[in-house]
Amino acid sequence: MWRRGEVVRPPDSGREVTGAVAPGTPGVASVPRVHAPEIEAKRTMDKDVVNIGKSVVIKGELSGSEDLVIEGTVDGKVELSEHVLTVGSHGKLKAEVFAKIVIVLGEVVGNITASEKVDIRDSGSVDGDIVSPRVAIAEGAHLRGSVDMQKKPAAAVVPAPAPKAEGKLAPLPGSTPGPGSPRITAG
Amino acid sequence: MSSGDTVRRWRGLLSRLGSVRQTEAAPPDASSPPTPDDGTIVTSKGLQKFLAHLGTRPAPVLLDLGPVVGSNVTFFGEHLNCKFFVEDLFADLERNARDGPPEEFPAFLSKRFAMDAGTVDGVLLWDLYDYLDRPSAQALATTLVRLLRPDGALLGCFGNANRAGSGCTRFIVLDESHVRQRARASVLMRQASLQNRDIIKMFDGLCVSDAFLLQTGRREMLFRKGGGGRPIT
Repeated sequence: MWRRGEVVRPPDSGREVTGAVAPGTPGVASVPRVHAPEIEAKRTMDKDVVNIGKSVVIKGELSGSEDLVIEGTVDGKVELSEHVLTVGSHGKLKAEVFAKIVIVLGEVVGNITASEKVDIRDSGSVDGDIVSPRVAIAEGAHLRGSVDMQKKPAAAVVPAPAPKAEGKLAPLPGSTPGPGSPRITAG
Repeated sequence: MSSGDTVRRWRGLLSRLGSVRQTEAAPPDASSPPTPDDGTIVTSKGLQKFLAHLGTRPAPVLLDLGPVVGSNVTFFGEHLNCKFFVEDLFADLERNARDGPPEEFPAFLSKRFAMDAGTVDGVLLWDLYDYLDRPSAQALATTLVRLLRPDGALLGCFGNANRAGSGCTRFIVLDESHVRQRARASVLMRQASLQNRDIIKMFDGLCVSDAFLLQTGRREMLFRKGGGGRPIT
């Protein structure tokens, strides 16, 4: 039974965490968000959402096979091909992002490729190119880059072509995530 | 029947009549009647022509210089199947008005876009030129002409001299021929409006394809690069 104030911890089974995590950080998923409405918390637990807390800094590649909420800092690459990536209001990504759905409430510097949807909320900021069949940008959101909604096979999560002239981060080749998540590889 | 009932019935009838009239006046896709906060809805013939021109291309590249409007990104993405670049020059202009020396802004505009020359099919200028001083306006025009592909199109909206003051307008595309213009707070001040001949001179290398004077006093001008347009004298 979930109680207010109780920490929401995702199940640890099958999770492999390796890579460069900033010293002094309590570890991945150690600073989870506590949701006010009980229903939302229950749904969160049911859906196996992993939280990367505010104090966590990850440098390298992060891939997984469950939904992920990033409130910390990630520098490198994030790949959740079949899942939802939420960049929380405190989250800062300097990374290439590949996911099914990407919801941005914080800051993303780098290209985003989503097979389903990219949703930039009013507090969100994206500095990079977006490739997705559906894009929602709230009023007040910041976006600098291109939006490509072209109906082509790129809708499947594949790296976007590097924006040659803009000198942004070049997308890294895609790789399929193994079972269990998140997997963090040192960059 | 009491007099109170009669008054209530009349009020009901009148309010129903009012709502019917509002529904008739609204554009086809406006589901709810516009409120003052929603801004004004204007018919844009320039946008219609702009879309028709770019609609013939398989995957055009579009450059939007206005503030980010999510529904516009969706609209152009779905209608033109395009690659949409958002470069919010209003934010740059506001930043420059606050921090930077204004005399450096033209040089900044010349280097602002990292795209290669001749790679853009369409430019949405909106009313940016109402807020630029002459040197900045000229620098931007030169840059945009360079970026446009041959037979590319540029749609601009230019205000008239009577509309002085501060504050910007957000242009929200509703459909192929309707745009909602919503005021938004800004530190930017409108500059003296440009004459048609000055605008045409600035965009040297482009031809005016169509020009419309709206009831609001604004001028919509559609430019084309190359032989597609006909110069207006």
